[in-house]
Amino acid sequence: MKTICLYFQVHQPFRFRRYRFFDIGNDHYYFDDYTNESILNKIAANCYLPANKLLLKLLTQHKGKFKVAFSITGVAMEQFKLYAPEVLDSFRALAATGQVEFLAETYAHSLVALKDEDAFRKQVTMHSDMVEELFGQKPLVFRNTELIYSDHIGDMVARMGFKAMLTEGAKHVLGWKSPNFLYCNAINPRLKVLLKNYKLSDDIAFRFGDKGWHEWPLTSNKFAGWLKDLDKKEEVVNLFMDYETFGEHQKKESGVFEFLEYLPAEILKHKSLKFGTPSEVAARLQVVAPVNVPNPISWADEERDLTAWLGNEMQQEAFDKLYAQLPKMNRCTDSRLLKDWNYLQCSDHFYYMCTKFFSDGDVHAYFNPYETPYEAFINYMNVLSDFAIRLNAAVPFSSEEKELANLSGILEERDQKIKKLEEELQKLRSRKRTNTSGKTSRSAGTASTAASTKGKKAQKSAAKTKSKK
Amino acid sequence: MRVLMFGWEFPPHISGGLGTACFGLTRGLSYISGLQVLFVVPKAFGDEEQQGISLIGANQVPVKHRKLNLKHFSRKLDYIEVGSRMMPYTDPDEYFRIEKSKKEKGAFEFVQTDEAGQIPFTGTYGANLLKEIHDYALVANVIAQDYSFDLIHAHDWLTYPAGIAAKEATGKPLVIHVHATDFDRSGGSVNPVVFDIEKRGMEAADKIIAVSNLTRRTVIEKYGIDAEKVVTVYNAVEPLEKKDKPAFQKGTNEKVVTFLGRITMQKGPEYFVEAAHRVLQKNRNVRFVMAGSGDMMHKMVRRAAQLKIMDKFHFTGFLRGEEVFSMLAMSDLYVMPSVSEPFGISPLEAMQSNVPVLISHQSGVAEILTYAIKTNFWDVDAMADAIYGVLHYPALSEMFVKYGKKEVDALKWEKSALDVKMVYDSVLNEFY
Repeated sequence: MKTICLYFQVHQPFRFRRYRFFDIGNDHYYFDDYTNESILNKIAANCYLPANKLLLKLLTQHKGKFKVAFSITGVAMEQFKLYAPEVLDSFRALAATGQVEFLAETYAHSLVALKDEDAFRKQVTMHSDMVEELFGQKPLVFRNTELIYSDHIGDMVARMGFKAMLTEGAKHVLGWKSPNFLYCNAINPRLKVLLKNYKLSDDIAFRFGDKGWHEWPLTSNKFAGWLKDLDKKEEVVNLFMDYETFGEHQKKESGVFEFLEYLPAEILKHKSLKFGTPSEVAARLQVVAPVNVPNPISWADEERDLTAWLGNEMQQEAFDKLYAQLPKMNRCTDSRLLKDWNYLQCSDHFYYMCTKFFSDGDVHAYFNPYETPYEAFINYMNVLSDFAIRLNAAVPFSSEEKELANLSGILEERDQKIKKLEEELQKLRSRKRTNTSGKTSRSAGTASTAASTKGKKAQKSAAKTKSKK
Repeated sequence: MRVLMFGWEFPPHISGGLGTACFGLTRGLSYISGLQVLFVVPKAFGDEEQQGISLIGANQVPVKHRKLNLKHFSRKLDYIEVGSRMMPYTDPDEYFRIEKSKKEKGAFEFVQTDEAGQIPFTGTYGANLLKEIHDYALVANVIAQDYSFDLIHAHDWLTYPAGIAAKEATGKPLVIHVHATDFDRSGGSVNPVVFDIEKRGMEAADKIIAVSNLTRRTVIEKYGIDAEKVVTVYNAVEPLEKKDKPAFQKGTNEKVVTFLGRITMQKGPEYFVEAAHRVLQKNRNVRFVMAGSGDMMHKMVRRAAQLKIMDKFHFTGFLRGEEVFSMLAMSDLYVMPSVSEPFGISPLEAMQSNVPVLISHQSGVAEILTYAIKTNFWDVDAMADAIYGVLHYPALSEMFVKYGKKEVDALKWEKSALDVKMVYDSVLNEFY
């Protein structure tokens, strides 16, 4: 008996607007709302809404038999809330069938796991909370950004209490071994590891619409046949892919929706095949061996490593400079800064800086708002510079900065006080006007108020000169 | 005295120092009584307004003659535009690429030479710069026969053949004005075709004006020209027009050090990056800005990333009028580390905006400025030292700003024009 484990990834970043050097310190809004909204609406119309509708139909049709898993990043969920709440509703409808599992991941689709355990843990918790709030289930299985995995990351995930984790069945890690079994982490064997069968997954995700491919056209029947013909002893086939495969990467005209529509029936026709969610797979199957991954792997590009995000010196620099802010971020309580901090961490920004044009240029060009990786890098660093300035003001470090922040705090306090007093004065004055009709008393009143505002102004300017020092 | 001048673009279409210099010089000359300039420019027709007399010259090249009434000019200027797509700062290879990209884009637009890196290769055959130069020379021949004048003055290598043609048609003396040589642009690996045109122009000329002693030496040593024939006349700078507040204000309390210019080998951008790296190791409270674009920009981005200074080092891309002004207003120091700069007007503009300047000894402008810091372009340690000094010792920058402003205000095009007039006089004396 083989279990087919279908998992879809949903993510959209908040793309930056063109943020110029002149904006640094002057304008703190970084996002290209128009692009973000129009891209999201386009994908929602092409993919999320029709695919969710189809899945809902299939899940009710094959009650209890057809199962899928999703992970939706925090930033994607935020964008749904902002631009397309109907997408969120349709995911909720899927969740309500009880046949859909939602996985945990990093809130911001970030690479934080490579940098800091504490921050990583925080982001995962944040995401899990959001999933629980929106879909009513607490994630038990973890998938890291871009399926990035190493023994060390697996260990951290295990310590966070997750039962299993998803990653790529990279050839250079597995060697002769098959991804179609359940493995476990090399450091912490309690964590089960599900490996993506990249050949069969990519047959759908990348090659489906390719007319030059010798297997084209791929039908559900043919695909189910392949699954059936796999080695009898193999226990699980993990088909992991971007959800945008349906309708966006593979256009509707390629017949990808029809493929999906008939796939469950074709698979369930065979007695030796059934569907299962990642947590079911982890609970029911026996671990065959630990998988050793000393260096991080991912599901991207031919190399299945981190070079798509951290391959060149620009990406390294941006990544290091971003996480250099971490100690200050840990002390930051400003909600807007915290929000921007999440969006800054999105791995997509680093992806845009990738210079590996020749191998996988097509995928990299996808929804990329920049003409060149250099532009992407310059823009990102400008945004980061402004962010660092704001953060420094909010979380002063050196004694001078502290004093400055302190003084400006006092100033602000005074300003507010003055405002309050002025308001009070206004109130009193208007009351006085209504109460008294005599000319003499009114003129006396205005004279005294003028004197008092003057006094306050002096006080204000004194505070200002103090802060300048 | 009437001068037939083959020059370069006029405002508002100005793409760099060459156009600025031609404009300034012509304006200066307009104040000299008894001297008239007949100004011929290569210009691609299209977006400009169509007025004045149009005529078709040799080879079906459209020619337009009009009288321009320009601000700050003492009288009207005879202005002739020739339909040619020549541009300053190009060499034949680059021109080929630009023309090709234009074909793809369709409509003509003014293309900066920095497009090179972004132009996709298609294999279609583009127009030929050398043919344009040749056509221009043919038209020059016709113009020279149609108008009366005493002297010919040609600016930079693209117009030398036109100058020679005019001289051959009329027998009038020729003065050529060397704003740059191919040694400056290419850093030594000279394009032989360009070198040949330059050398022929210099040999055909009766007198050569070089924009600095640096350039004069190049002309004498590299092109084998008789020293007697070459005269140095320094450029000047247009007085700063009173402007309103800049459109952008500095958003940080950090110091800003600026490189502003084409990011090409000639301008020495890599030395600026290296110097920035050294300064940033000592002082983090400063930002470096590389404003402009060019074929070395991507290399510079990578280098800055390698040095891990990109949080304090910014690229703005190509800046236009108002933005340049804002950029200067934000700057605390202007750096021009040119490897070989015949003159370099831009530091003068920075000084007008009260920004102290750091220039390389390998720039012509270094010969006339005293209130500027000078280092060798390759000496990044000295450069870093100087940058650190100006940022930390306010007395230094205050002095530079105060006296530098006076110094630069004394550099007037009227004066340069008088020097040029003296060259004209000496040529005419020999000739007649």
